[in-house]
Amino acid sequence: MVEMIGAKALIASLEKEGVDIVFGLPGGANLPIYDELVDANFRHVLVRHEQAAAHMADGYARIKRKAGVCIATSGPGATNLITGIATAHADSIPMVAITGQVPVAMIGKDAFQETDIIGISNPCTKYAFQPRKAVEIPEVIKKAFYITESGRPGPVLVDIPKDVQQEKAEIEFPELIKVRGYKPAFDPDLSQIEKAIDLIMKAEKPIIMAGGGVILSGAFNELQALAEILMCPVVTTFKGKGGFPENHPLAMGPIGMHGHAEANKIIIEADCIIAIGARFSDRSVGRFDEFGKGMSIIHLDVDPAEIGKNKSVDVAVVGDVKSSLRTIVKMLTTKGIRKDPDNSWLKRRKELIEYYTSTIKDYSREITAKKTLKKLRELLPSKSIVTTEVGQCQMWASLHFDVITPGTFFSSTGLGTMGFGFPASIGAKAAKPDVPVIDIAGDGSFNMTENSLAVSVLEKLPVIVFLLNNYMLGMVAQWQRTFYNRRYMGVEQSRCPDYVKLAESYGAQGIRVQSMNDLDKAIKTGLSSDVATVIDIPIDPEEDVYPFVAPGSGLKDMIVGG
Amino acid sequence: MSSYNSETEIIEQKTLPYRILSVIVDNKPGVLFRVTNLFRARNFNIESITVGTTEQHDISRMTIAIQSDSRTTDQLVKQLRKLIDIIEVRILNIENTVFRELALIKMKARDPTSRMEITHFANIFRAKILDVGKDSMMVEITGTPDKIDAFKSIVDTYGIIQIARTGISALPRGV
Repeated sequence: MVEMIGAKALIASLEKEGVDIVFGLPGGANLPIYDELVDANFRHVLVRHEQAAAHMADGYARIKRKAGVCIATSGPGATNLITGIATAHADSIPMVAITGQVPVAMIGKDAFQETDIIGISNPCTKYAFQPRKAVEIPEVIKKAFYITESGRPGPVLVDIPKDVQQEKAEIEFPELIKVRGYKPAFDPDLSQIEKAIDLIMKAEKPIIMAGGGVILSGAFNELQALAEILMCPVVTTFKGKGGFPENHPLAMGPIGMHGHAEANKIIIEADCIIAIGARFSDRSVGRFDEFGKGMSIIHLDVDPAEIGKNKSVDVAVVGDVKSSLRTIVKMLTTKGIRKDPDNSWLKRRKELIEYYTSTIKDYSREITAKKTLKKLRELLPSKSIVTTEVGQCQMWASLHFDVITPGTFFSSTGLGTMGFGFPASIGAKAAKPDVPVIDIAGDGSFNMTENSLAVSVLEKLPVIVFLLNNYMLGMVAQWQRTFYNRRYMGVEQSRCPDYVKLAESYGAQGIRVQSMNDLDKAIKTGLSSDVATVIDIPIDPEEDVYPFVAPGSGLKDMIVGG
Repeated sequence: MSSYNSETEIIEQKTLPYRILSVIVDNKPGVLFRVTNLFRARNFNIESITVGTTEQHDISRMTIAIQSDSRTTDQLVKQLRKLIDIIEVRILNIENTVFRELALIKMKARDPTSRMEITHFANIFRAKILDVGKDSMMVEITGTPDKIDAFKSIVDTYGIIQIARTGISALPRGV
């Protein structure tokens, strides 16, 4: 036992968890924590808005595959974090968000900068703590990291009243903790795995649908092994994009509202869907009632509550998907099963890819989203990390940017948070400083968190903002064009701001391109630059994202476009 | 039109089977909020909820009555089990469960005939007269929700002034 104040106990607890970086912004109610941060053995990155702190912690967590940490003050500081916390929650990302709170005696008195952040954060956190005594802090922090990282990950909030931060106490750091009502570990049930294998073996046209769970559990090799044993097509959800190398001879890319046409087509022709760490979201499957009709469905997931939530399934295997996949692969191998790569189902795969490659035409202009993203892929080392903003840019990235190294792509897929990509890319850069990090952005989203340019420049975390700029809220404009008879409302950005000048004003690099040749040079310049680079790429505002499955429709009603 | 629709929805819900969940939770602040917020956020309906301490001081029991189909119930139980503060969730088998509710019913009783009749019905239902006022009587009745409903409909003719119901408490029979 050592005597120290609560804030010091917090910092020591974070150090014990191996935290090497926190993203935050100080304020009245977390000043004792900031005072202790002066002597902390980890790095603090000062953000310009708390939302960005949460997104940075999120991007860091996705790449480092451990919890990211963000810090904010009480009241508005805490509420500013909420969008970032909700984003992490929707995508099951481990995060510990630490907020200051007014002193215990002031709670409930509507004090200055008081907000009930425990109540506000409830629907978008896995759990929330509010230690009322300094001695509780080490145990709370240990529990927070355990809960956020184990099972199905999700953000945990720790709200610490200011007097608790300042209180001096004899502090003990527990080695072991127990959370009575929390049992995250499930060993896959072998009898369920047997049933799954029976169904797979009966199938003539099995298909693997890999979701975000594959990426969260790092089950890349296991997934690839299963696919190569079954010799079947592999589609992903959008969140699962890059869980399987997209240049692999079995890969078909993401399904869904803006999925690859061949992926949407082939999954409705399958007779057995093996869904791995996927939650059958409406964006991926369209209509719940139509999806998978007449097929057998096998569902592997770490979260028992996902089984049957959106879709009834034939066999469920609950457990960490990496360990479930490993067991399935082992059992198939023991049985000596290895399907013929020269099968008619894979021929169908090839046929569909060829058909849609020749059918779906790009616009004839020199610069289109598709051409620029193909160029980006060509010039980027395969280990580069790519994230996106939200909207057309995100869907173009999904369609036209192939992820080669598994686990190097992420996006706000669940909540669809505009402004996510840029700060998240800075967090990713902090997690892996030695690889290039690119944010495939649109101007609308980039506007929302562009002040993170200051963080990127000052903290020497250079990333490339690949700005597909149509000076439009492009996805909304596309919907207004398609469903509202071109009655545009609230979508035009009126050529404001000048992104080159904006970048330069922060000490970053801004490059405007006029041709594919310019783009080639700009990407190369960005890759060798030690400051953030904003590449301003003019995109025609009428350019649409296709294919498209309209909301409320099934995948079979996909509009291929033109 | 919209009120008509919502009424039909209520009628349809009534045809769904009654289920009772026995939920063992950590006895600490905020747990009830987390449970009820889950019901709200996931669009589940609570018929009644009771909370009280158990034989262990750090543990409480919630008895939650719902009306839902088996798929919704299954999903609800799984979502409840995900809550960190929840230790155990059981769906009680109604045939093998003792469940009781308590109601206090205050009704108009101005004339001697009404008072006699109410006392008579209370005896039949093994209810207790708790309070007699100048113009009213208050009755305490314990039993299954059906029994309370039945008593309520009988005394309705006298004019019910106020009702307070506790919701269901339940325990499985045997060990």
